[in-house]
Amino acid sequence: MEFHEQVLANGLEIVAECNPAAHSSAMAFFVKTGARDETAAVAGVSHFLEHMMFKGTARRSADDVNREFDQMGADYNAGTGEELTVYHAAVLPEYQDRAVDLLADLLRPALRPSDFDLEKQVILEEIQMYEDQPPFGADDKARAMHFGSHPLGHSVLGTAESIGGLSVEAMRDYFHRRYSPANITLAAAGRIDFPRLVAAAERQCDWPAVPAERVIQPCVAQDGFRALRKESATQQYLLRLSSGPAAEDADRYAAKLLATVLGDDSGSRLYWELVDPGLAEQVSLSHCEYQGAGTMITYMSCDPDQAAGNLARIADVYGKVEAEGITPAEVEQAKNKVRSRIVLSSERPRGRLFVLGTDWIYRREYRPTEADLAAVAALTADDLVAVLAKYPLTRATTVTIGPLAELSAAQ
Amino acid sequence: MQNVPPRASTLKSRPSTLDVSQQILSHTYPNGLVLVAEPMHWLQSAAFTFLTPAGSAYDPADRSGLSSFTCEMALRGAGPRDSRQFILDLDNLGVERSESVSHVHTSYSGATLGENLPAALAIFADLLRRPRLPEEQIEAGRLAVLQELRAVEDEPAQKVMVELRRRHYPDPWGRPAHGEQAALEAIALADIRGHLARCYRPNGTILGVAGCFEWEKLQALVEELFGDWPAVEEQRVQEKPSPSRHAHIPYDSQQTQIGIAFPSVPYRHPDYFQARGAVGVLSGGMSARLFTEVREHRGLCYSIYAAQHTLYDRGAVFCYAGTGADRAQETLDVALRELTRLADGIQQAELDRVKSRIKSGLIMQQESSSARSSSLVRDWYHLGYARTLDEVGRLIDQLSIRSIDAYLAEHPPGDFTVVTLGPRELEVPLGVS
Repeated sequence: MEFHEQVLANGLEIVAECNPAAHSSAMAFFVKTGARDETAAVAGVSHFLEHMMFKGTARRSADDVNREFDQMGADYNAGTGEELTVYHAAVLPEYQDRAVDLLADLLRPALRPSDFDLEKQVILEEIQMYEDQPPFGADDKARAMHFGSHPLGHSVLGTAESIGGLSVEAMRDYFHRRYSPANITLAAAGRIDFPRLVAAAERQCDWPAVPAERVIQPCVAQDGFRALRKESATQQYLLRLSSGPAAEDADRYAAKLLATVLGDDSGSRLYWELVDPGLAEQVSLSHCEYQGAGTMITYMSCDPDQAAGNLARIADVYGKVEAEGITPAEVEQAKNKVRSRIVLSSERPRGRLFVLGTDWIYRREYRPTEADLAAVAALTADDLVAVLAKYPLTRATTVTIGPLAELSAAQ
Repeated sequence: MQNVPPRASTLKSRPSTLDVSQQILSHTYPNGLVLVAEPMHWLQSAAFTFLTPAGSAYDPADRSGLSSFTCEMALRGAGPRDSRQFILDLDNLGVERSESVSHVHTSYSGATLGENLPAALAIFADLLRRPRLPEEQIEAGRLAVLQELRAVEDEPAQKVMVELRRRHYPDPWGRPAHGEQAALEAIALADIRGHLARCYRPNGTILGVAGCFEWEKLQALVEELFGDWPAVEEQRVQEKPSPSRHAHIPYDSQQTQIGIAFPSVPYRHPDYFQARGAVGVLSGGMSARLFTEVREHRGLCYSIYAAQHTLYDRGAVFCYAGTGADRAQETLDVALRELTRLADGIQQAELDRVKSRIKSGLIMQQESSSARSSSLVRDWYHLGYARTLDEVGRLIDQLSIRSIDAYLAEHPPGDFTVVTLGPRELEVPLGVS
């Protein structure tokens, strides 16, 4: 396993973890842009633009793009979040150059008005799809409440109104401001020929640099409670957001382990309290990291009759852990699970790719799998308790959605 | 049983092609249990899959969901461990586990570091042979399976496909694994004990293992854990016709969900890969016909696919599309047109892309112990042996547009089952059923 890095003259950074024994090559452009970089007038433009990247370039039609990926037998896709947009492909090693060429070309889209109008329909369908399935938009609402006026509260999808009203000119403007090489990292993992990777990027990514800074505003998390009614739903859903360590914060490992102790899908405190007795269908706690902010997210779905009781039980679990701490045995159990997960995911190049890319884009740091394993191994119950003291789970924004007209926040 | 695997060093320098030195080892124990295993010494992990012959087709008609309820209860402690110790020990072994119930099997899978495989298998031997089925937890287990049933009601895309399958296959092959409310409420511990005694048995159980392990030790361990598990007589299934083929389910939603099914051949059929090639032209990559015509050229939906499904002796293609209610009729019409048009034949360039995608997927399977262990047991169930990736690769190489067109001439897509779910009923064109 060998790590390489290089910066092109225009600022585009290239990082790779080369494993000559791998069967496949995985690569991705990580673009530091997302919902937090949008104004309300263009809400959802990052995600819509990600779709438009597959609709053709000066050299290629939309059909060409799909055809060429499939000719290579590529496993490819893209995703947009609050602050990152990622275009990725896993291919057989002989297609490394072709895959980089194609992904790089995608990042200079034609943005043809006819394609824009057609794809707008697809985005509107996607918005409707999420409105029809759990948690029926409550995740966006919870984030908006928790972050208040902070841009991390923006919706990734946008709304039917913001997408409906979006113009191709506004999208072009957003593209030119955000898709600067200074804002983009090309990451690769698996069987990668690094000199060829750099050569391909030099050939393809001769893009002009424009300043594309992101102003990181301080985040003041809001507490609150809201019950939204969705009469047609069968189950009741609950989202609870509190603050957690940011992407730059070394506490993030402890936060993730804490989430495993309390809210892993098996053998955690919430599991024994809610899932094992059949009181909830699902419950989980997870840590989510952003630049300059982080969240701890509790998700629960249950029979509406159990919702009020479960809400109180979750509050009890969090109150108790804050008051009484965590046992070394619980920490060991969580570490054993996390260690196995890290190893399993690192066995596939695409698993390594996302770790490598996010480590670099957030922290400009290369961390081999062994470093992550060592960081987890070094944690103690005290580390987890310290994170809990800094980021109490008992102070949260709660949103519930389902057939209930009201749900008491009383504990 | 076959020969020992080659030395680890020869396996470590692998080409980007299918590994011709791939070893698949198997052993059938006197009680009928099959162990099929593939060493992947370049991995640190090992994965296992138990297929036990306890599927929803064997649920008594008035006890639908019994296999799922049994699975839920089997996880609540076994052998020397109560339910807490059971989960705790698996967690400490780092076992990433998953369970699922299909028409003929309950599958228990796990993946962990290779060094933890023997201890994990011993715990699963307790689960399959000595589950505690604690009486004081049956009501908690019942609540859990009822919650799963309720959750499907909120997942329209899943709900339409469950209903499609129920209407396409004769009963019991289309039965939903999660059962029905009244039946789940009626199931008693005695039903679960009976089901376990009939269906959790060595004959018919297939254990697949892939990843980092030593074959001789594994073979001996499985003998020790399962060798004295007595065989039980197999169960018979009686087929009944399914309810009417077309249906609309009224549902309060923005989108309409569309499910379309048509007959295909099963995995064991000599023409299976012809059928798979044809379905690959319809769906798979983004250049496939359904995605291109319905989403890319018309913007009618976000999600559309077609996938081959196989039972032991028959197969089907299941298609799905989710689309805004006002454009659902057009989506259904375009999708049916594309399915029917397949019988007119396929292009060489389309086939080349399908082959490329399938072969690339096969090569990437060599990076995942879990992917291989589930392939091993699936192959064994359908074929009585597990294919090497090289053998599958050669079958793919043999596909031609002539062979696929010949298959399509003999099996043109038609005789459709159509199920829709949403605010308004759609018109299923004449001549479709």
